[in-house]
Amino acid sequence: MDSKRRDFLKIAGLSAIAGLAVPSAFNTLLKGEAIASEHGEAAAAAGGHGAAAAKTGKRYGMVIDVKKFTENPGLADKCVSVCHTIHNVPDFGNKKDEIKWIWVDSFKHVFPDDSSQYKQPEGLNSLPILTLCNHCDNPPCVRACPTQATFRSKDGIVGMDYHRCIGCRFCMAACPYGARSFNWRDPRGKDANGQPFIKAENPKFPTRMRGVVEKCNFCTERLAIGQIPACVEAAAQSKALVFGDLNDPNSEISQVLKTTFTIQRKPSAGTHPSLFYII
Amino acid sequence: MYGKGRIIPALILFLGVMTSPMWYKSGDISKLPKPEKPKDYTECVAPTAYMRTSHMVLLNQWRDDILREDGPRTGKTANGTEYVRSLQNGCMKCHSDKKKFCDTCHNYTSVKPYCWDCHLQPKEAM
Repeated sequence: MDSKRRDFLKIAGLSAIAGLAVPSAFNTLLKGEAIASEHGEAAAAAGGHGAAAAKTGKRYGMVIDVKKFTENPGLADKCVSVCHTIHNVPDFGNKKDEIKWIWVDSFKHVFPDDSSQYKQPEGLNSLPILTLCNHCDNPPCVRACPTQATFRSKDGIVGMDYHRCIGCRFCMAACPYGARSFNWRDPRGKDANGQPFIKAENPKFPTRMRGVVEKCNFCTERLAIGQIPACVEAAAQSKALVFGDLNDPNSEISQVLKTTFTIQRKPSAGTHPSLFYII
Repeated sequence: MYGKGRIIPALILFLGVMTSPMWYKSGDISKLPKPEKPKDYTECVAPTAYMRTSHMVLLNQWRDDILREDGPRTGKTANGTEYVRSLQNGCMKCHSDKKKFCDTCHNYTSVKPYCWDCHLQPKEAM
C-alpha cells in the first residue's frame, strides 16, 4: 500500500511538471520564430540602412525656390500673412509668445548644419528663407506625442487634433525645426490696447485655445475641397512654391526635383522632410 | 424607539426639503427646454432621437474620420441633401443660433461643453 502511494505521488508530480513545462516551451519556441520572421521582414522593408520603404500612396511635399523670393521682396510676408489670416493664427506682438505656422528666418538659422563654411556667397548667412513644417516622412513629433494628438495621415501630412492636445510640449522638444508653437496666452484674448490678437477671424476655421500646441497643417482643409495650400496660391504668380505629390513621378514637384538641385533642412536628423529648397 | 416623537417628523421634514426640487418641477412641462429648430430646414443628418442623445458621439466620429482616416468632408442625409461634416461649417449652417439651440438644453442639464473655446459660432447670433 505504501509503495503504491509513493508511485502515485511520483506520477502526479511528473505530470504536473510536464503540464506546466510543455505549453510554455511551445510558446517560447513559437514566439522565437515569430520574432525572427518579423525581423526579417522589417530588415527587408528598411533595405538595410534605414532607407525609406517602397513608395506607396500620396506624400505631399513642397519645393521652395528661395531665388524667386529674393527677386520678389514682400512675397514671403504675403505668404505668411495669408496663412495666418485664414487659420486664425494670433499675433501676440512679442517673440516669446509668438505663434507661427509659416515664417521667415535667416539662412544660417534655417540651415545650421550647412557644411560649406569657408567660401560662401556674400550675404548667404543672412538670406531670408521662408520656412514651415516639414511634414516629415519620419516625424519625431508624432513619436513624442503621448496622446496621439499629432499624427501622420495617409497623404503624408503631419496633422494635429487640438481636442486631444494636453499641452505637454514634448512635440516641440522633438521637432528639430521649431515648427511648433505653444499657446501661452488665450488666442481669443485682447492686448493692452483692447485689440484682439486675431485681427480678423476666419469664420470657416476654428481658433485654438490656451494651452495647446499648434502648427502648419499643409492646408488639409483646402486640399479636401480641391484647392492648393494658401501660401502656394499666394506665390502662384512667381511659381516660388511648388506643391504636389512626391510619390507621383509625373507631378510638377517630382519634375522639379528631378531637374533641380535642392537641399533639405537638417537631413542628418533622419526625419525625411517633405520640403525642398532651391537656394 | 427613543425620541420617535421628534425623529420621525424631522426625517419626514428632511426628506421633503431634500426632494423639494423634484416636487417643484414635477408635471411642469413648460419648464422643459425647447430648443429652436431651424425654420428653413426640416431634415437633420440623423433621426431626431439619435441626435438628441448622441450628437456629441457623431461629432467625435466625424472629427476622427476626417482628420485621421482621410474620410469624406461631406455626407448625405436620408433624403439626399448634402451637408458638411463639421460643427462650425455644417451644424451651425442650419442651427445658426447657438443661444436658442445649443444653450437651451445644455443650460437645462448643466453641461458645459468646451466646443466654443476654439470653434467660432455664427457671427450674427452672437
